[in-house]
Amino acid sequence: MSGGALEAAAFFVLAVLTVASALVVITHRNPVVCALALAFHLVGIAGLFLLLGSQFLALLQVIVYAGAIMVLILFVVMLLNLGEETRAGSHGRIQAWLAPVLALALAAVLGKAVLSGPAQAAVTPGSGYGTAGTVGQELFARFFYPFEVLSLLLVAAMIGAVLLAKKRV
Amino acid sequence: MDPRYVLLLSAVLFSLGVVGVLLRRGAITILMCIELMLNAGNLAFVTFARQAGTAEAQVYVFFVMTLAAAEAAVGLAITIALFRLRESTDIDQIRLLKW
Repeated sequence: MSGGALEAAAFFVLAVLTVASALVVITHRNPVVCALALAFHLVGIAGLFLLLGSQFLALLQVIVYAGAIMVLILFVVMLLNLGEETRAGSHGRIQAWLAPVLALALAAVLGKAVLSGPAQAAVTPGSGYGTAGTVGQELFARFFYPFEVLSLLLVAAMIGAVLLAKKRV
Repeated sequence: MDPRYVLLLSAVLFSLGVVGVLLRRGAITILMCIELMLNAGNLAFVTFARQAGTAEAQVYVFFVMTLAAAEAAVGLAITIALFRLRESTDIDQIRLLKW
């Protein structure tokens, strides 16, 4: 099989995996199953990043998302011992009917906007594309101040989370 | 591989996240659906980065990941505080500010 066909096959498999796991996340009533499906979804996205040549981001995706954030979510789900979600009340039924219709419309508009552009050949990136070196160079050269602001934000989020979740003393 | 297909997948995943936020009533599940939407955006960023051949859009993805981590931490802390108060994370029961 040629490289292009192999790439297309991998993309198809990953697309099916991500869409299917996203469907499980939005439909399953048990939050633990949702969290595990989300983990599958995040790993699938990491695979897509790898397919697009962003190896450093694929690694970050697995470590930060599938590792840290998923552990946090699962920890809270199990800490709160959540059961299955309750059924919608009477006013919720209209929303349950309307939401997929509106989202389908959104997907149609977005899809039309994407597909109305001209077909583009895939660009073969130069050497060093997507490695930690090139991304880090860009990050610390051009985006140094946003990076520092982001570290401040993380500190604020950490202190805020501790303050919000602690018991009143 | 045509980048439009990847963008199409990203649009579909984003819409799925929107459906989840509108349909679900558990606060944690809604947070998970927000993660779905953020990831769909990241996928589009990575596609654009690949077409441009530069690292700039990849730095944006890095920023979005950091924001997602901060959002998850604060959101889950609020959920825990809410659960202590109400013994439930059902957002239909939190309607003090709703008329």
